Amino acid sequence: MGKIVEIEGVNKIYGSNHVVKDLNLSIEEGEFLTLLGSSGCGKTTTLRMIAGFEEPTTGTIMVEGERVEDKEPFERNVNTVFQSYALFPHKTIYDNIAYGLKMKKVPKAEIKERVYEMMEMVQLGGFEKRYPSQLSGGQKQRVAIARALINRPRVLLLDEPLGALDLKLRKQMQLELKRLQKKLNITFIYVTHDQEEALTMSDRIAVMHDGVIDQLATPTEIYEHPKTKFVATFIGETNIYDGCITSITDGVATMTLENGAVSVKCPEDFSLLEYATISVRPEKMRFATEPVEGFELEAQVKDYIYVGSVLKCIVSLPNGNELKIERLAGQELPPIGSKCYPYWNIDDAVLIHNESHYIFEALNNIKLA
Amino acid sequence: MKREKKAKRIKRLSIVFCTLVYVFLFLPISVIVVNSFNATTTKPYMSWKGFTFDWYIKLWDNTSLLEALGNTMIIAIVSTVLATIIGTLGAIGMYRYKFKGKGLIDGLLYIPVVIPEIVLGISLLTIFAKVNIPRGMLTLILAHVTFCIPFVIFNVRARLAGYDNSIEEASMDLGANRIVTFFEVTLPVLAPGILGGALLAFTLSIDDVIISYFVYGQTKTYPLKVMESVKSGVSPDVNALSTLILVGTILFVVLTQGDLFKKKSS
Amino acid sequence: MKHEKTKHEFRANTLPALVTVGPVTIIMVLLIAVPLIYVAVMSFCSIDEFYNVTFDFTLENYVRLANVDYLKIYAQSIVIALVTTVICILVGYPFSYIIARTKSKKKKILYMLVIIPFWTNSLIRIYGWRTFLGSSGWLNSLLAGIGIAKEPIEFLYKQGTTILGMVYCLIPFMILPLYTAIEKLDSSLLEASSDLGARPVSTFLEVILPLTSSGIFSGSLMVFIPCLGYFFVSDILGGGNSDVIGNLIERQFQSGNNWPLGAALSIILIVVTLILVKIYQKLGGDMDSLGV
Repeated sequence: MGKIVEIEGVNKIYGSNHVVKDLNLSIEEGEFLTLLGSSGCGKTTTLRMIAGFEEPTTGTIMVEGERVEDKEPFERNVNTVFQSYALFPHKTIYDNIAYGLKMKKVPKAEIKERVYEMMEMVQLGGFEKRYPSQLSGGQKQRVAIARALINRPRVLLLDEPLGALDLKLRKQMQLELKRLQKKLNITFIYVTHDQEEALTMSDRIAVMHDGVIDQLATPTEIYEHPKTKFVATFIGETNIYDGCITSITDGVATMTLENGAVSVKCPEDFSLLEYATISVRPEKMRFATEPVEGFELEAQVKDYIYVGSVLKCIVSLPNGNELKIERLAGQELPPIGSKCYPYWNIDDAVLIHNESHYIFEALNNIKLA
Repeated sequence: MKREKKAKRIKRLSIVFCTLVYVFLFLPISVIVVNSFNATTTKPYMSWKGFTFDWYIKLWDNTSLLEALGNTMIIAIVSTVLATIIGTLGAIGMYRYKFKGKGLIDGLLYIPVVIPEIVLGISLLTIFAKVNIPRGMLTLILAHVTFCIPFVIFNVRARLAGYDNSIEEASMDLGANRIVTFFEVTLPVLAPGILGGALLAFTLSIDDVIISYFVYGQTKTYPLKVMESVKSGVSPDVNALSTLILVGTILFVVLTQGDLFKKKSS
Repeated sequence: MKHEKTKHEFRANTLPALVTVGPVTIIMVLLIAVPLIYVAVMSFCSIDEFYNVTFDFTLENYVRLANVDYLKIYAQSIVIALVTTVICILVGYPFSYIIARTKSKKKKILYMLVIIPFWTNSLIRIYGWRTFLGSSGWLNSLLAGIGIAKEPIEFLYKQGTTILGMVYCLIPFMILPLYTAIEKLDSSLLEASSDLGARPVSTFLEVILPLTSSGIFSGSLMVFIPCLGYFFVSDILGGGNSDVIGNLIERQFQSGNNWPLGAALSIILIVVTLILVKIYQKLGGDMDSLGV
């Protein structure tokens, strides 16, 4: 499998607004890649540059080994599923789906055959004479997907395609999209702000933040080994501890926090006296009624919340920060208001470089100079 | 019981009031229609002298009146077509593109809508005189196109307000170039606004007196012909022609908007 | 690279912008902006003994505008416009309200019936009034016929007749925006108001009127301003006794042949229009709702 889309050094600047910053990304043929991020992070702009609706300020975009930045959208072999569906309101469902083939001057008989085939595939048989206004949200969604897929694009771009659907329908469509993608073996580039959706569907996820890809990896890797504080907090729930590495022994670091000290497994690229961040998922957190070796962390039990099979414990640190700890329901619990000692298995915590470290370092350098 | 009585009284009052307003609106028209059958032959053709169809026959000998009507139709059709094309393109362009001086054009568009027609008329008269454009069909069409464009633009713009730009992107994404996209997507979606604007432009053009009055030269339009005869008394053949036009337009509307008058209208 | 970029930019933006906005810009500038500026310039010009415009700067035209006879006509014109606007509101508002809120299936027909009269030329309809009201007209014949009036009553050539004609010509410009505003009104608001204890009058003043005021404002603007210029109405029905500013301008450009003076008079109308539009915008009026 080769690389089907390659983005190199792409910047997009609107006036004084630097939306996409020096972006590099290559996408494998047949993969399901998700651009994940909150609104304004540059994910939709990136997608629109691949589609050809926006032009990169600098940099190159290659599709199937060919540079496309100067090609118009109608000259590119990629198709888009729009967030608003963008169905032509004055055309029937049949004409909407047939549109791309009509533009390619495909013979009428073949168009008919392929449209009906496509309508069967997305379970819209019998709807050909209806107009978009007569369809439900989910049906419109299927038309939008069919209209793009019928052109047999090498790459399908999807801009938050499920954003307007209700939760149940969204779950169902997620599975259906994944099924279609595997069946047709088309590369999907999928934009969403919904981290759960990204985790369920993608082969790889690119987490975007402020115009930059913070991390590009498989869903498991992203979830279990977030590379930045943003990725850790954006994907799933987590507990964050900022502090300074005060000792490193046998690959285990002791980090001093505002409220005490904790232990964490220390990869080699971390150094003594570095300001860093620890992320621990709630399901990996533990707490005891007696102090635990390697941890000097004291907290108070605030509340218990039942969420089906698990129990969420909220405990608060002396500075007021709250920690979320998940426990299997049915275990014995200390009473609310009592003292407890949070800790974790040192393999379960992730150490992350902290941007503020570099600021402190710079400040120190200035002082020394 | 009491509430019902009160509601009934209000309803009866409303019906009486509306009927009076409609009588007011239709009174002069019924005068015109009735007078077109008036057998009087003495100016100012006001008093009733018996029923006749004569004016509907004599009408066809009044070549200058028919010629004026022809001029009105030519001017209305040409300026409606031009104003609709220019206005539609303008509305789309101003909606979509940013450029310097957009605010200025926007401001200029409101002028023909709010300013008294007479000011527009005399300003066009002075400029046509200054650059020596002979007054006639050309100046009439230029004037009509000018005051019709804003109405087309506002109608199309109202339609554009609910317009989803991404359908054009979708069209280009599916392989249609800009021109194909314009005719396949943009134009059909905006069609109701464009048609509404064109209809308004046509109506304004055939009815215009004031602006035409200052720029007509030798080419008289139907309203100007009427204006000319107002002083001496409008002859019943003019009434006859007006009646025919009115009947024609009503028939046109009933035929095209037939569903308006059906019992089960949605 | 740089070159290709501008080419894309040209194809995607500059060319379509030029094609679409170019024609309208040319027409608006050449046939609206330039002529109006020219009128403003002309208002400071003089005329020679052959009534030709000469470009000598003078304020004489504006001095002549302050003439007592002219001032009377401005005042008269404004009174006529004001009374016309008030009548249009008083008649148009309840009328639009009834039509817009009727549950009858004939609503659309009722609406069309307001527009149909305007397919007949306005001059002819105004002349129809003259035929109806004239001294040998139909109303007098009727009155004489049933023995109410011995002598024909002169209805024409009065300010009242001019106002009648103005109301007649302009009332649709009041009814149509009001109809639109009232039709948009959500009837659950009226129910909510009465549920909260408001009597019909309070509901009207507290809910209906504020929500439909935009219609009143734009209607008033579209009635008041044309009133100042509709010279043919006062010509046909007022017979020189109820001139509006439009009559003064028309005379200078047709019979009087003093174009600079006419230009100065037009400037008055432009200034009045600008002031009214500014007030309209201050009141929160939307310019786009004027044209549709």
